[in-house]
Amino acid sequence: MAYSIFKTNYAYSMPPDGFICLPMSFLRRHTLPGFPLTFGITLLWVGLLVVLPLIALVVRPWQDGTATILQTLHDTRVLAAFRVSFSCALCAALLDLPLGILLAWTLVRLQPPGYRIITACIDLPFAIPTAVTGITLATLYGPNGWMGKLLAHAGLQIAFTPAGIVIALMFVGLPFLVRTIEPVLQNFPSEVEEAAFLLGATPFQKFYRVILPAILPATLSGFGLAFARCIGEYGSVIFIAGNQPFRSEIAPLLIVMRLQEFDYSGATTIAVLLLLTALICLAGVSFLRLRLSRGLIMEEVK
Amino acid sequence: MSVTLQSFTQYAPGSSRKILDNINLTVEDGAFIALVGPSGAGKTSLLRAIGGLSPVYEGHLLIDGLPIGHSDLPKRKTGFVFQNYALFRHMSVARNISFGLDVLPRKHRPDRADISARVQDLLDLIQLPHLAHARPDQLSGGQRQRVALARALATEPKLLLLDEPFGALDPIVRRTIRRWLRELHDKLGLTTILVTHDHEEALDIADRLVVMQDGRIVQDADANTLNAYPQTPFVMQFLGETLEFAGEIQNKHFIPEDTDVLPFPVTENNGKTTVFIRPSEVRFVAHKGAAHILSQTRNPNGLYHYTVKTTQRTLDITTPVITEHAEDEKFGLDISQGKIFPNIR
Repeated sequence: MAYSIFKTNYAYSMPPDGFICLPMSFLRRHTLPGFPLTFGITLLWVGLLVVLPLIALVVRPWQDGTATILQTLHDTRVLAAFRVSFSCALCAALLDLPLGILLAWTLVRLQPPGYRIITACIDLPFAIPTAVTGITLATLYGPNGWMGKLLAHAGLQIAFTPAGIVIALMFVGLPFLVRTIEPVLQNFPSEVEEAAFLLGATPFQKFYRVILPAILPATLSGFGLAFARCIGEYGSVIFIAGNQPFRSEIAPLLIVMRLQEFDYSGATTIAVLLLLTALICLAGVSFLRLRLSRGLIMEEVK
Repeated sequence: MSVTLQSFTQYAPGSSRKILDNINLTVEDGAFIALVGPSGAGKTSLLRAIGGLSPVYEGHLLIDGLPIGHSDLPKRKTGFVFQNYALFRHMSVARNISFGLDVLPRKHRPDRADISARVQDLLDLIQLPHLAHARPDQLSGGQRQRVALARALATEPKLLLLDEPFGALDPIVRRTIRRWLRELHDKLGLTTILVTHDHEEALDIADRLVVMQDGRIVQDADANTLNAYPQTPFVMQFLGETLEFAGEIQNKHFIPEDTDVLPFPVTENNGKTTVFIRPSEVRFVAHKGAAHILSQTRNPNGLYHYTVKTTQRTLDITTPVITEHAEDEKFGLDISQGKIFPNIR
């Protein structure tokens, strides 16, 4: 009885506690208790914290007219900063790739002594404030730092060059790769590796033919995450980068500089560009990953 | 290919607990042996050691009489079938089977046509000729099992190591694959070592059984010897249902604690001991005790099941022998067919 009343109410009036009026069929498909409430909270949360700021960001540049936008887009310094940001992020993510796979494999398969400490160290970049990372790296690789001095003897300068940026970004990006690959490897039976070994595969063949295909989708998403994070990384980079325009100046730094000059529309234009490119990169990676995992898992449907 | 282990000992990683304790085992060329024992007895560890998957050990491991290092393992021509099959999920069945050939250095690798011909032969052998392009995930347990076997056989091993290969299969498929595996062993002239915890399976398929317990070999013999002369009560219990009767030997006679069990002459010396006997070897002797049958049923497999009550305990006896005792008739139990293990009370 109670159910039938509820049902008729439901069909012809507003949903009881829905925040947004949704197609009835969608709400009615779900029989979970409190579904409209939880769904509403989720929508509110996503809307207020994610979508609204993004809309504000996208709208802001146009308020001062298209001229400023075009000016920013033609600014060679901005373009150079983008070049630096993207090339360094790509380099860092690519360099992290083999490192991350190796680390994840070592941690999962060999469980070396001090396993827990190593794991904690890998997670550290997640936890340390980025400014702390930046200043630490800058001191380490600076002309008088331990590494900086050593490398200077070899005629290499890391600090205040794009190489410094890459090192800072590698530090930030590595945990993304390790943490995405690790669970996949953990679920990958070690017997499969042993079978490959017993069938005469060399270590390289074992990795290339057996392990890599299994971890490739996870590796790709780890790569995508690391790359996206590296594009926007600010705090850990600016101290070591030297911030010379056209050479080691990153795009996020330009945003801050424009803001300090009260050029809000210039700053937001750069921000929107960064956002768009990061989104495109992530979408591309997810697309690749989807195709890859289809090849690995979905083929059974055929 | 013969395998010899001499005082082979292996420790659990990072501890002094012995997984394998002073194993001495010889497997002759062409033999089919089964490693049996309860879970945790070290069967799989022993098999992995023979396969070269545990490089750290004490003692000697000889293949064809030669100590062979860990590194030249592929040359040992060993095929290994894992308990969970360990197939390569992202490869087709055909690619799984040809893996051992695909990874050969170019100068030893057969050309493509040869490889695919070999794969087709193996698919015919495992009776799955139409599944070359299927993925492992699409197969049933029994099919995966056979693919794993075909993959192990593709490199023409002389030694085949099987770790609980029939574990996940239903009884009918189990029996079929078991018979088929035995035929394959004879046809290809393999040396096969099979790990199983199922003694009936082992008795059915293997020439020789190696019974393991707590990392040691308890007895190594063929099925008849194991049945007739088990070395320890454990072996006897492991191989089938066993009844125990505690008692004492006095003047070359075994006097059971249970007064409804009849004494019988023995050769052992005086002292407390236990008689172990298969239920089917127990005989009922009328008018000699106070035991009686509580209930009897006939199982569909042709065995009679009696619940017998003596003054001290209630016994379940399953036997192919029918007795003509009425339910209220009293009798004594004759256990003179039982075994007494010296040193075991």
